Amino acid sequence: MPLASLIQLKSIARTFTLGDSKVHALRDINVSISPGEYIAVMGPSGSGKSTLLNLIGLLDSADAGAYTLEGRDVNTLDQNELAKVRSERIGFIFQSFHLVPRLTAAANIALPLILSGMSAAERNKRVEQALKEYGLTDRAQHRPNELSGGQRQRVAIARATVQRPAVLLADEPTGNLDRVTGEEVVRLLEALNAQGMTLIVVTHDPVLGARARRQIRMEDGSIVSDITQPTA
Amino acid sequence: MLTLDSTRFAIQAMTAHRLRSFLTLLGIAVGIAAVILLTSIGEGVHRFVLAEFSQFGTNVIGISPGKVKTGGQPPSGIPTTARLLTLEDAASLKKLAHVTGSTPTVWGNSEVGANGRLRRTTIYGVDADFTQVFSSSVNIGHFLPREGAGGARGFVVLGSKLRHELFGSANPLGAKLRIGGLHFRVIGVLAPKGQFLGIDLDDTAFIPAERALELYNREGLMEIHVTYEQGVSSASVAAAVKNTLKIRHGHEDFTVTTQEDMLKTLSNILNILTMAVGALGGISLLVGGVGIVTIMTISVAERTNEIGLLVALGAKQRTILNLFLSESVILALLGGALGLLLGVGLAQLIRLALPSLPVHTPWHFAIAALVMSACIGLLAGVLPARSASRLNPIEALRAE
Repeated sequence: MPLASLIQLKSIARTFTLGDSKVHALRDINVSISPGEYIAVMGPSGSGKSTLLNLIGLLDSADAGAYTLEGRDVNTLDQNELAKVRSERIGFIFQSFHLVPRLTAAANIALPLILSGMSAAERNKRVEQALKEYGLTDRAQHRPNELSGGQRQRVAIARATVQRPAVLLADEPTGNLDRVTGEEVVRLLEALNAQGMTLIVVTHDPVLGARARRQIRMEDGSIVSDITQPTA
Repeated sequence: MLTLDSTRFAIQAMTAHRLRSFLTLLGIAVGIAAVILLTSIGEGVHRFVLAEFSQFGTNVIGISPGKVKTGGQPPSGIPTTARLLTLEDAASLKKLAHVTGSTPTVWGNSEVGANGRLRRTTIYGVDADFTQVFSSSVNIGHFLPREGAGGARGFVVLGSKLRHELFGSANPLGAKLRIGGLHFRVIGVLAPKGQFLGIDLDDTAFIPAERALELYNREGLMEIHVTYEQGVSSASVAAAVKNTLKIRHGHEDFTVTTQEDMLKTLSNILNILTMAVGALGGISLLVGGVGIVTIMTISVAERTNEIGLLVALGAKQRTILNLFLSESVILALLGGALGLLLGVGLAQLIRLALPSLPVHTPWHFAIAALVMSACIGLLAGVLPARSASRLNPIEALRAE
């Protein structure tokens, strides 16, 4: 691989304690991801794919193993540094969109910028730009309950990418959408990937998974296959 | 995150639940209004009472027989074994530096007869300095004249009420008047002085102290009152008075109370009263604060999802803490402002409706009320905000 790796996971393990029993959500995960890759993580429920995604997204930390993100050992970062990396380098897209219901589309997109302490003038410019890019300009002042499912996920994607992160993490991004809108959202994500953003999608849907160049299959917390399709 | 942004975010969260937020801040508003109203009444009473007491002037020193070491005065009129204060003692104080007047005081209650009418009234035995010491003024005639020891003539000066009762509108000057078994001649009438703590100051007769001692068969004075020049420290005059009397008596067997001390003590008592009624209002404020804790706890529970999202979007723990804290502070501050308006408004209304009830709202109360509500908001918000900032983001995102 010619490029230095963006994400490097070495012998990662994560264990949860549920009552008396220990659940091994992740065991001995070794993955290296290069900038600009398009990866689908697949597997049955409880196979650990969401845990992996949360771990890459710095919402969770490993019990064992090393995680290097853009050359930095994540274990050495404190809470505030982790928040800063999440804010600037990582974008999350959720199955249920997770829009704040009382805020307008524009205000939802502005959230990461507000949290990072950006000035209002700079922020408004960035939000306006994002609204235009995702064709949401005429929906800017609508609240989530006045938007269709596709529009909602577009707002969520705009919010995830407004800070221009290095990695976009999508957990079942089409799970709550019908085929047509889902297709539309996937194309949007792929377009972002084409612009160089690393895209990691967790999905049940084999059709969606098959579109990724690299497919990682998980079962019982372990990676069972990691296939990179030759570029067509 | 900028303060302006977190404030706006908090306000948006509050306005999303208008009724709920309003009811919560109403709790604080009622508490603050109660505190303001009650302390306003307390403060009004405080000022009213102090004004009543200082209407005789604040530069008065009282000397009473007997040494009291524990504070307060022995009940007047009850014989004590202490050495008596005499007319000579009172006269000796007149010569002190800065002292402008000194009057012996003996009082009692006697039947007064004149003009064919009888009336039971308060008799004061004083001397010529009385008008000066007690800021009284003579309406017609003269006050008691300055006379040498042992030669006080049987003159009497009437309070305006007593004059009215005995003589009606007729001129009382020169009239004969009997008090107990003694005879007096009316030489003056005082200007009306009004009431003092329910005592009618005008239903009185003033006779020379010497005659009063005779009338009541007493050997010593009940009190000596001394006035001094304005601007001279009361402590230095009190010290001079003490010195003189110590020399005369051989040791300190009398008690010197400055008006300043008395007012200070009184003021302290009234302050405690104000605080006590304020504390009563504080109870409702406390309930209001509990209301904020409740609503913030509910809010954190409802918005678990949102908190998880904010963490995923890069919010620091501190940011989450600040968001919820500012929400409860703003809620409490708005409640405080509303309560302030309510409290001051009610106080003014009381002033209009019941002019006799003294009400006074000092500005520092208003500011203290706002600061207090902000503090309540902060305190009430701490627990819910902390639990919000410590949520596990993954579980928070999963919550529905």
